[in-house]
Amino acid sequence: MENAFETLRLVTIAGPPTCGKTTVLRHVLGHLVQAGRRVGAVKLDCLVTDDAARYREAGVEHVAQGLSGGLCPDHFFAGNVPRLLSWGVERRLEFLFLESAGLCNRCSPHVRGALAVCVLDHLGGVGLPAKVGPMLRSADLVVATRGDLVSQAEREVFALEVRRHAPRARVVAVQGRTGQGTLELSRLVSTMAAPLPGEEPRLRFSMPSAVCSYCLGETRLGDERQIGNLKLLELPA
Amino acid sequence: MTGVRLSVHAGRDRDGLPEGFGSLELRTGDLLAVVGPTGSGKSRLLADIEWLSEGDSPSGRRVVLEGADAAALDRDEGTHHRVAQLSQSMQFTLDLDVGSFLALHARARGVSEDVVGRVVDAACSLCGESFGLTTHLSALSGGQSRALMIADTAVLAAAPVVLVDEVENAGVDRRRAVDLLVGSDKIVLMATHDPLLALLAPRRLVLARGGIRVVRERTAGEGALLEEFERLDARLSQVRERLRAGLGASDEI
Repeated sequence: MENAFETLRLVTIAGPPTCGKTTVLRHVLGHLVQAGRRVGAVKLDCLVTDDAARYREAGVEHVAQGLSGGLCPDHFFAGNVPRLLSWGVERRLEFLFLESAGLCNRCSPHVRGALAVCVLDHLGGVGLPAKVGPMLRSADLVVATRGDLVSQAEREVFALEVRRHAPRARVVAVQGRTGQGTLELSRLVSTMAAPLPGEEPRLRFSMPSAVCSYCLGETRLGDERQIGNLKLLELPA
Repeated sequence: MTGVRLSVHAGRDRDGLPEGFGSLELRTGDLLAVVGPTGSGKSRLLADIEWLSEGDSPSGRRVVLEGADAAALDRDEGTHHRVAQLSQSMQFTLDLDVGSFLALHARARGVSEDVVGRVVDAACSLCGESFGLTTHLSALSGGQSRALMIADTAVLAAAPVVLVDEVENAGVDRRRAVDLLVGSDKIVLMATHDPLLALLAPRRLVLARGGIRVVRERTAGEGALLEEFERLDARLSQVRERLRAGLGASDEI
């Protein structure tokens, strides 16, 4: 059977807000463009974004962006993957980067068969890897940023904690400010990202089994409004 | 620790011109100063060495590390374990006490936690006010943090190559810090603007426009100058201690 995705390599970029995802990606895009690769980059953001312009500054011709607005940003992301894959195939891209907004830690935008990258900020502290959840646990490559602002020892302790939660992942420390480590990261990305398999793409981790009154736009908080999936915390007696 | 050999093969500067040296061989115990104005390419050089560049960085330099310690670890996972970088950072950001932090770091490095006490002792010898295992990292002063980073690099990190970025930027005994770092059987490259530290190194790399312009050996005249600076530095330290202790600068001891 012919592979509908041809030689497209998909790379998903996740990580908490303001951890440096876009800065890291810009460096990687710049290196790939310089190496003559056909790359595209799309930002699926939440409320505001100008990241398509920032990708273009890195020399990328094929860029797009969108805002989830009233939708759950993770659902927005998942809902757009098929169209974006077709878009990438039409443009005969070798690499398509999808950058997520950096969300609530419950979900993960990573797709089976795609290279899953999780970006974490060293300044988040040793407790961060435990809190981030599936976007870290299901990652293939973890990029730790702002290493220049912490000591070597802290970077190593941080990497230890990252490996505890993502034992299979490669961990790379980069400095977005100077670009240190990003050339090496771009090489890792090009060797680790494989062409997508032909079958229907699937998320690595399922979305929440939600649908409650608030998913439907409810803002009132009274007991009688609480319909659908409801979970109450256990309080001490 | 068995010795290692680090070779740096020349690349190009920012204008694409070849660097002013063929290759550079460093061995365990070597101390090199890296000098040059801000923006001259000191960070790129340290980055090339940290990543053991294979001609694939903007400078085109090739950096090769040979020896038992180097062979044990591959480039993907082991870079940090072979090359330790002491950056200009002055403060810890982790939410831990000194003892837990060092124990975690020992585990990350795969060394016994017995090392923790020795790191704290070494750190306290570098700064004025001592601290203990239960002191919280965030409670350390800039000088204490710096001293702990230096001691950690020298005593706990078994990296055979250490890159130091401006060790002088803190209230630590910088001379003693350099002795501690070099005395632990490492190759040390030290970016510095401090003439005493620059002359302390028998060799220095002079950078300009992204390239190593020249590799200079310390001359006999510079050696004499170093001795003079060290006397001056000792005198300054003495006065600093007296002022810190509440004495007058010129009081007789």
